[in-house]
Amino acid sequence: MSLVTAPEPLPRGETSAATGSRSALARLVRRPLAVFGLLVIAIIIAGAVLAPWIAPYSPDEQIFEGLTLEGAPMPPGGAFLLGTDLLGRDLFSRLLYGARTSLIIGIVANGIAVTIGALVGVTAGFFRGWVGTVLMRFTDLMMAFPALLLAIVLAALFRPSLWIVALVIAMVNWVQVARVVYTETRSLTEREFIEAERSIGAGSARILFRHILPHLVPTIVVWATLGIATTVLLEATLSYLGIGVQPPTPSWGNIIFENQTYFTSAPWLVFVPGVAIILLALAFNLVGDALRDILDPTQKGRD
Amino acid sequence: MSEILVAEELARHYSVGQGTFRAKATLRAVDGVGFSLQPGKTLAVVGESGSGKSTLGRMITLIEPPTSGRLSVEGIDAARPSRSQWKQLRRAVQMIFQDPYGSLNPRKKIGSILEESLIINTDMSAAERAEKAREMLRKVGLRPEHYSRYPHMFSGGQRQRIAIARALMLNPKILVADEPVSALDVSVQAQVLNLMMDLQDEFNLAYLFISHDLSVVRHIADEVLVLYLGRTVEQGPKTTIYARPRHPYTRALLASTPSVDPAHRAQRIAVKGELPSPLSPPSGCVFRSRCPHATDRCRDERPELREVDGRRVACHYAESMA
Repeated sequence: MSLVTAPEPLPRGETSAATGSRSALARLVRRPLAVFGLLVIAIIIAGAVLAPWIAPYSPDEQIFEGLTLEGAPMPPGGAFLLGTDLLGRDLFSRLLYGARTSLIIGIVANGIAVTIGALVGVTAGFFRGWVGTVLMRFTDLMMAFPALLLAIVLAALFRPSLWIVALVIAMVNWVQVARVVYTETRSLTEREFIEAERSIGAGSARILFRHILPHLVPTIVVWATLGIATTVLLEATLSYLGIGVQPPTPSWGNIIFENQTYFTSAPWLVFVPGVAIILLALAFNLVGDALRDILDPTQKGRD
Repeated sequence: MSEILVAEELARHYSVGQGTFRAKATLRAVDGVGFSLQPGKTLAVVGESGSGKSTLGRMITLIEPPTSGRLSVEGIDAARPSRSQWKQLRRAVQMIFQDPYGSLNPRKKIGSILEESLIINTDMSAAERAEKAREMLRKVGLRPEHYSRYPHMFSGGQRQRIAIARALMLNPKILVADEPVSALDVSVQAQVLNLMMDLQDEFNLAYLFISHDLSVVRHIADEVLVLYLGRTVEQGPKTTIYARPRHPYTRALLASTPSVDPAHRAQRIAVKGELPSPLSPPSGCVFRSRCPHATDRCRDERPELREVDGRRVACHYAESMA
């Protein structure tokens, strides 16, 4: 915060005005952490897309050499880069194919959830009245409902498939976003600059899209990135309960759950996909964080 | 001189719920206030918190419609305007807010804050808008290159200058200023007030200046209107009222203004207690519960506004107040 008393030249102001013309992407690239995040995301996406060409084995193939003579999984190294699982399948290949599932869940399902949540929250917060009351009471209802139970019911009603799982996760996860966006919108509509907008004759649509939504971007970005890890894990939970992605289709979550009982004897089976989930979530968090700072003009000139 | 705004018996009531099983109460935020504004002149509305001065300002700027009473701006009925009249009035009346930190969108550049009202209300081209915004920045004592900066790069006084520039973008005739300097440092207050007075001369603006600070009002006002619990208690030319307040409330307000002159300090009149709840105002005279001169007559009979000694005042004993 710089308080300037006299209309003297503002050196920082000048540089800020200069950076203002550069694109958000160009400024993103100047932050090492954001670059790391982008790199991780790029690698995971490349792995998922190019899985058929990169993967040394088929993800479903139970390889005879994949098990020791006693029938235990092979540790990492040698012919199997990250070892094998209990059925003798190559873990690296399964991770690559599993990335497809996890990315779809993490990005699509979470994206839908954030979109629904933001729309509900902003509508309820901006228009208030009975519209707001109905929307927020419904949100409370959804919040009070045990999320896992709801997911189980929804998943049981439909034939389990990847897209149903994505839909179920979206249905469960939008409520927190709606709540947060609602409160933020309410406090924004009370701010004087919104009143000033009204006094110069701005309509509701203009106020909502040009003045309120830009202020919600940081909140939404944070929730969207945080939600990726949560949704990937929720998918894992659903898969574990048998209502998620159906075996033998791999996902990072169900690799962990299939193998968790053998954690002590074959730790890599839990550790490696666990690290993959953390890396994915961390990467999105880093990028989201950088993006939030870049989109906030009061933070300019501090990177 | 012709009036640009005339308000008669203006009232704004709110219906306030007091719980599920109790009847709704009526809060009379503003009740029967009348005044007029003239180009180039300033009417100051004075009163403590909760007296209804901001509600009055919101009615004049068409943010809220009056519950009853007549309000006309340039001869147009502003209490119930048609869609096209509303647009016309929108341009004629603009507002300056109290908090220069809250009234500017922190995510918009100064240029787009200023041009917003032109985008909404006119069909000027982008180049014309930018030209006008830069010119207005010069007029309020800022520099054209401030155009592409963000609000957080400015001090409170500079921000209030920007807010004034925004209010002037549509060439309004009336400017409602709701405590425009009370959030500023005292050293900056005078600069902003002087700027407002210069702009008033330049554009022949009518000001409705809302304030609780009587020393600021003394500086800028031509006419003064003192509000108490939504009602006018005293109204008239500044010099008349400052020289000889006739209502006990005005007297108390003036006495509470800090003064450098020791002769002034002696006659301090304290007002007892708090502002009564506007949901259940005292019977008779609204100021009765805190007035040092209150009698039985004040309880039974509401004093009407009447002409006394060159101003209008609502007190039974106005003649004997000296």
